[in-house]
Order: sequence, then structure tokens, then C-alpha cells
Amino acid sequence: MLLERLHLDKTLFLALLVLAGLSVVILYSASAKDMTATSGHFLRLLIGFGAMILIAQVPPEHLERWSPYVFGAGLLLLLAVSVFGVVSKGAQRWLDLGIVKFQPSEIMKLGVPMMLAWFLARASLPPRLLNIAIAIVIVLVPVFLIVKQPDLGTALLVLFSGVFVLFLSGIRWRIILATLVLLGASAPILWNFLYEYQRTRILTLFNPEADPLGTGYHTIQSMIAIGSGGLYGKGWLNSSQAYLEYLPESATDFIFAVFAEEFGLIGILLVVALYVFIVFRGMMIAFYAQDAYTRLLAGGLSLIFFLHFFVNIGMVTGILPIVGVPLPMMSYGGSSMVMLMAAFGILMSIHTHRKIVEH
Amino acid sequence: MLNIPIKDYFRETRLFNSRLSIAAVGVLILTLILLVRLVYLQIVSYRHYATLSQTNRIKPIPIPPVRGLILDRNGVVLAQNFPVYTLEIVPEQVDDMDALLEELGEIVRLNKADLTNFRKQLRKRPRFENLTLRTHLTEEEAARVAIKRPFLNGVELQARLQRHYPLGNVGVHAVGYVGRINEQEMERIDKSAYRGTRHIGKLGVEASYEKLLLGRVGFEKVETNAYGRALRVIERIAPIAGKNLYLNIDARLQVLAERELGKRRGAVVAMEPATGAIVAFVSTPTYDPNPFVNGIDANSYRALLEDPDKPLINRALNGQYAPGSTIKAFLGLAALETDGFDAGKQIFCPGWFSLPGSRHRFRDWKKGGHGAVDLHDAVVQSCDVYFYQLAVTLGIDVIKNFLAPFGFGSKTGVDLIGESVGILPSPEWRASRGQPWYPGDTVVTGIGQGPILVTPLQLVYAMSTLANRGVGIKPRLLRAYEDAKTKDSRTMVPETNNEIPMDDKRNLETMIHHLESVVHTKKGTGYGIGYNAPYRIAGKTGTSQVKSIGQTEVYDEKKTPERLRDHALFISFAPVDNPKIAVAVIVENGGHGSSTAAPIARKVMDYVILGEAAVDGKRKQAKRKVETAPETREAPNPNGEAETAATSDEQMVVNSDDTDENL
Repeated sequence: MLLERLHLDKTLFLALLVLAGLSVVILYSASAKDMTATSGHFLRLLIGFGAMILIAQVPPEHLERWSPYVFGAGLLLLLAVSVFGVVSKGAQRWLDLGIVKFQPSEIMKLGVPMMLAWFLARASLPPRLLNIAIAIVIVLVPVFLIVKQPDLGTALLVLFSGVFVLFLSGIRWRIILATLVLLGASAPILWNFLYEYQRTRILTLFNPEADPLGTGYHTIQSMIAIGSGGLYGKGWLNSSQAYLEYLPESATDFIFAVFAEEFGLIGILLVVALYVFIVFRGMMIAFYAQDAYTRLLAGGLSLIFFLHFFVNIGMVTGILPIVGVPLPMMSYGGSSMVMLMAAFGILMSIHTHRKIVEH
Repeated sequence: MLNIPIKDYFRETRLFNSRLSIAAVGVLILTLILLVRLVYLQIVSYRHYATLSQTNRIKPIPIPPVRGLILDRNGVVLAQNFPVYTLEIVPEQVDDMDALLEELGEIVRLNKADLTNFRKQLRKRPRFENLTLRTHLTEEEAARVAIKRPFLNGVELQARLQRHYPLGNVGVHAVGYVGRINEQEMERIDKSAYRGTRHIGKLGVEASYEKLLLGRVGFEKVETNAYGRALRVIERIAPIAGKNLYLNIDARLQVLAERELGKRRGAVVAMEPATGAIVAFVSTPTYDPNPFVNGIDANSYRALLEDPDKPLINRALNGQYAPGSTIKAFLGLAALETDGFDAGKQIFCPGWFSLPGSRHRFRDWKKGGHGAVDLHDAVVQSCDVYFYQLAVTLGIDVIKNFLAPFGFGSKTGVDLIGESVGILPSPEWRASRGQPWYPGDTVVTGIGQGPILVTPLQLVYAMSTLANRGVGIKPRLLRAYEDAKTKDSRTMVPETNNEIPMDDKRNLETMIHHLESVVHTKKGTGYGIGYNAPYRIAGKTGTSQVKSIGQTEVYDEKKTPERLRDHALFISFAPVDNPKIAVAVIVENGGHGSSTAAPIARKVMDYVILGEAAVDGKRKQAKRKVETAPETREAPNPNGEAETAATSDEQMVVNSDDTDENL
């Protein structure tokens, strides 16, 4: 079959295809029937699927060998951003390559789990304390660079992509607990490292009505969009919150609110099921993977995909601070989409290049 | 270097799988949290957010109702709505603002304040909003803009309705005026009813019938985006125009009476006794209410306030005067109603009256006295001495109790706000002010002097009650009101205030006969207007003293400064047998009632009973003036700029006539 010959996992591929189709439909509505945006999104999906198919052809051994280079390249690009980066919306995140602008921090969502999986798989698992320490440094260096841009959302995602791999590698519960306690204790210090706007975003979460036209505006309008959708929704192209421009960033970070307003809880249940299905399919791939590197990487990438989904919907529904994490596949935006599709390419490569076929 | 750890494949797999399972559980738990949150938002709080979404979207824009017209009994417009042109600019439709302003500056007058104010708005307001460049364009300017508008992008000419009183100062004390809603009114009014409305009735009928005139505000429910731009109209609830009021006032008679008073200060109130309809309600000097509509400038207002003639005072409603001899009409009746009073008994009038044991002389207006007079003669000749004696005989309590049902000392209940009650004095009233009542107070009350004070409205009301043979009908300015659209109208029904308790109804006829003699017998003080009257009049003259004259002084009208001269009064009704009209006239410092006030009353009565043609040639001017007024009963359409431009043109002409034709 063609899909198998192309090293594509049929189940995952079909699920992604459905999600991609849905995303075009929603984006058309969320961008207020903007054909340029919609076709742009469609084009990115094509590029993403192309990247996925391309990467799926690469055997995991090659990926494992390339891991340090991907990470290293990402690190160099991050440094380049802090020097030559383009400032947009108050943050220096983008690198202008002439034709396209992209965020090197996105590369790290792949680079960090690849690097960690490569590093940890070299030794026996669970990793020893020294290796854990080295792994933490590997994670924290790019995280620090991204926090400084500042891009707290991506930094946290990159941090967690490392944390997931470490967790899956089987580090002892004692160490996990100790880290959590340490983090809890140092929370007030970390608080001081945050920018003012980041602090207010977190504080706003607890009381969005405190400043309904300022920091709480996004959350309130988003909650209005979702809540007013009710059980059945207002119907496609009927998101008044988006059309009347009450909902900011309706085509990007807040596209889920538009979906919820138009398709209601029933539509949401279907979409959430689709996302969870994809996550579980990725975890299945990790389960069936045959060596430490592929397992850790497949598990880590699946979980980071879920985290994107969770953080985005959490912030859109007002239970997490507004951190600027797009909804994977759905949100209008470039680098993030290509990176995610590349991750799915890796998952497919891992699954379709296994040497023993299990029964 | 070769320390490559040996991997325990199965242990690693087991460990990884357990961690993966934990992660899977974590994924499920977090997903569940999201779902709970979504159910909370979309199911539990659905109504809350649906409402918020609606209020986000739908903005109600008030459409103020058109205020009802005020017309006289014949449909002559007294208050109407007049389009005022405003020049507005929508910045987002303008390519080159500076060029546009320059171009507009050539066709309309734009001063520096207009421009700086506009620039200020330009910085602050959204670019899709209409910004005001100039208000109150002249007809000519509006026409010039209208012609050029197709070539001026973003320029809009708005016609807003403004209250206008086409007859200017005619009847201002009855009609009143509207003005901008002030802070105190803001607290008092129902704000939702006044959304979009900036004016409120301040005085006169405009104030007392505010509720009828206002109408009901309409709404346009408009879908707006986050920046307030209206995208489409979802629903329109049309405003309901205020009711058109038809007054009992006859504008021609009003003009006639105002002309008769001329430059003198005074009041004329004419009322149909049977219905209480007030057909003329005059207080002079009058003033033009139009500048008050949008706020009169401080200098003009001060000029009105400081005018020694006090034009702002409503003399008909609030002017409180000593009734003078007019009170004798009612005191005589009180005497007739008193047991043991002999109307035929004559009293000798030597020209003065003294209380027993007192040397103080209360003088008669006729220096030599009237000789022997009975009640009839005393009323006809207005003998003061007779009534001094009568007042003492009756006593102040009887006087007070008899006068009160005629409306003295209380409100007549006219449909205007702020009616004064005058003073109907009594020893109790004096005591309440901490002063004693002297026997002399009773004496002077007999000729309507001393503490007693009445308003012209009270006088005409009392006279109407007499004309109705004892039935007091509430005075009313409003005749009927109609719905501006359906023309459904409601006519006001006469309302009886009270009936004078009489022991013998024939006493009324007796008194009315005496009053008829005042006008129609040679000795009568009102004979000057009665000798040639083709109908029978019952009347009473009065002259009320402004300056107190010392015991040794002699009052000489010519030597007294004008402001200290006596007020002239006259009250009457006619025809005697079938009264159609009652009139009260007061001319401040006018001298004698017979010579100054009575002729005015005669003309008013002539107008009502004989018709306009019977009033002499001088009155034709008054007629002409009212006839030139537009009889537009339709409220001008605020959107039809071209249509309303024509009517406003006529009004301008009427206004300028005002000064030309006067006197």
C-alpha cells in the first residue's frame, strides 16, 4: 500500500488529515472569510505534510545520529535571534531569512527531546544522577535563551519537552519529588525573574474582571465566545465574537474559542476526542518502539503535542494564563505547524522502520 | 573509556511502559479537567455568556421622539420643531482633510473655534464617526453645502429638530419654553425616557404637559463591532411622537390683548366661565422664548433679569395685587347672604370713615363723598365708605369664610406649574406671623386693600364663578390633545372645583344685577365701556393703591412717580344672561380701573362675543400677524431636509415682521 511504502502510519495519518481539513474550515470562519489567510494556512499544511512525509523516510538511526547537530544548530539560531532577531509585538523571537521569518525557539521543541533522548539512551536507564544533572543543563540553556526573548510560553513548552523525556526515562520518584519541593520553595524567586506583563497575565487568571478592558480582555471575550456557543453552537460562520472583532487573535491563539462558539460542546467533544486520539496513537508508537532512543523521543513528542493542546485550551477557557501557545494544527501560524508536522514525521519514521514486526 | 554500561533491555522496557502508562493517565485527567471546564462554560453558564455575547453585539441607539406641537384653539402653531443644520465630517471617508476644510471654509463660515474644536475631535474620536464641524448653519449655507455635497466625500449635512416658537414673544407666559435639561432635572427625570432627548419643558404648558409632549423614545438595535462601528440595523422600534396640544388660547385674541396692554406692565386673563377654558393669558412685558431653547447668553439673560419691567415674571399666574374695589363684588354678595342685612338701607357717605373712638380717617376715593347710598349705589359708584362700614359690620372672619370658596387664598387648579395663591388674610394668618390684627385691617379689607392679595387668575376665576351662578370650574389652558400620527384626539372635559354654598340663590342675581349697573348706568364706574355696548356686561372696576397716602396728603396721579401710581383693575363677564367670557385686567400703575383697565376688557369681550370684525380697525394688524404664521400641523420630518427648509423660511419672515408691524 502507498501509505506503508511511504513509511506513513495509516491511523495517525488519517487522523491528522481530518484535523487538517477541520482546521481549514475553522480558519476560514475565524479569519472572517479571509481567503488569503485560508489559502496561506492550506499552503502551510501542505508544507507541513510534505515535511512529515520527508522525515518519515529517514530511519530513526539517522535521526539519532543527527540529534546533537539539530540541538546544536537550534542553539546557534537562538543565539542569532538574540543578536539579529526581528522585534515583533515587543519580543525578539523571529529570524528574518529574507523569504520567511521563523522562530528558532520552535526548533528546540524538537531539538531538546531529540538531544535528551540521544544523551540518555547512551547509558543504561534509569539515568544516574550525574547524567540527570547534565540533562538538566541541556534543557535549561535553550530555555533560558527563550525566556530572555521573551517568550515564556515557548520556553515552558521546551522545558516540558525535556521534562517529559526525563520522566519517561524513569528517573526515580525521590528525585522528582525533591525537584518539585525545590521548585515550590524557589517559586517566589522565579516570580521576580518574570517580566511585569508575565506577572499580570498570571494574576489576571485569578480575576479577569479586575481589568476587563486591559489584561483580562482576552480571557473574558474568549470565555464569552465559548460560553455563548452552548451545546449546539451558533453554526459555522456565525461566531459573532470573531466577526465583530471582540475576540482578539481569533485566527491564531484563540481559534478554539471560535470553534467552540460555532460548533458548541458537541463539536468540541469531537475535536477533543480527535486530539486525544492522536496523542494516544503517538504513545502507542512509543510503546511499540524498539529501543530507548525511539521510545523516549516518541513518548516525549506525543506528550509535548498534548501539552500544546492542553495549554492552549486551558488559556482560551480561562484556567491558564495567556501565554501565547497556539492550538496545534488549527492556529494560523508557520514555524509551529512545520515543527509539529516534523514531529509526526519522526513518530511515523519510528513506527514504520521497526525491524521486528510484532504480532 | 570502555565503560559502556550493560543495558537491561527488559527492565528498561518495563520501566518505560509504566512511565508511559502514568503519562497516559495524566493525559486523561488533564483532558477531563478541560472537558469539565468546557461543560461549565457552555452548559452551566450558557445563559450568562449568551447574554454577554448579545450585549457585546447589540447596542441600542435611542431615536428621540418628535416633541408634540402646541397649537391654539384654531390650529395656529405656537410651538413647533424646526430643522437646524449641522455640518458633519466622517474622517475615514476624507482623502485630504486640509483641502476639504479649506474648501468648506469657502462656502460656510468657519471660525477658529470651530476648527480647533474639530481638530480636537479628530484626534480623539474613531475615524468612522461623524464629527461636528459646525452647528446652526444658515439656510443659505446649508443650501450651498447641499449643492456641493456630491463632490465632497465624507461631508454630511444633518438636520436636527429644534423647538421653535413661531410667534416669538406672543403668549410666552402661557406656552412657556423648553431648554436644555439641567443637572437638577437630570436627577428628577426618568433617564431612560429622555435618552437622545436634550430638552425639557421649563415653563408654561411646555412644562406642565411635559409628559404628553415628550412622546416615547424609539430604539434602533444596531450590531456593532468591538470598535463601536455600527454594522447593520437588527431591529427598529420607532419612536412615538409626543401629543399635539390644542390650547384654549386664541392666538389672535392673545395678540390683541398684548397689544392693548402695549408697553405697560400688566395682565389680562380671559376665561369661558362654563368650561374653564382660558382663551387669553397675557402678562406684559413679554419676551422671546426662542433664545432660551439652546441656552440664552449671559448678557441677554442679565438684561431680562435687570429690566425694571421684569418681563420674566408671569403676572397672570404669579403677580399678586391688592384687589382694590373689585373685591366689593364679592363682599356685597357676602352682605346679601348675611341674615338681617338690609340691602336697601342707605348709609350716608361724607367722604371718609372712622372707627368709633378713633380719629383716623379712612378716605373715600371721591373727595366730597357719595351722599346717601344703598348697596346698589355703593357697588355702582364703588363707594368706599359704604364698604368700610360693611366690612366692620360683617367682621373679618365672615369675610374670609365667604371669599375662600371663590378661590381667594388658594390655587385655582389651573394646568400650569407654580401658581401663586395670594393672601386671604385673617387674624389667625396675622397671628401666625406674630403680629396682631387691628380693627383697621378689617376696614381696609372692605375696599380690597391692606394685606389681601390676589392674582389676576384668581380674579377671573372668582368672576367666572359668579357668572356661573356659583359654580367654580377649574381654569384650563389645554383644550384637547391628539396623536400626531393617528390624529385620535381627546378633548378635555370641564372640571368643577366647587359650588358656592348659598342660602338664597337669588342673591347671586341681585349682585350680578348691581354689577351690570356698574357698566350700564350713567353713574356706574364702568359706564365708559358700557354706554355703547351691544350686549350686557357685569363688571367691577378697581384701583389698588401702591403708595400709602398720609392722612394729610393728597394723591395726585400726575405728581406721583409712575411706579408709585395706582394699579388699575377691571373684572367682568358678559353677556350677563348667558356668560360667554369672563375677563380680569390689571394694568400696573395704570391709574383708574375705569379708564385704563376696563377698555381692554371691553375689547376682549367684543372679540369673543361679537367676533373679530367688531373690534376696531387697529386690530387688523394683530389679525394679519397671526395669519402669516404657518399653520403647519404636521411635525417636520427630520430626514426630509428639503421639505422642512420651506417651512422654516416662512417662520423667519414672521419673526422679522414682529418688530416692523408693532404699534
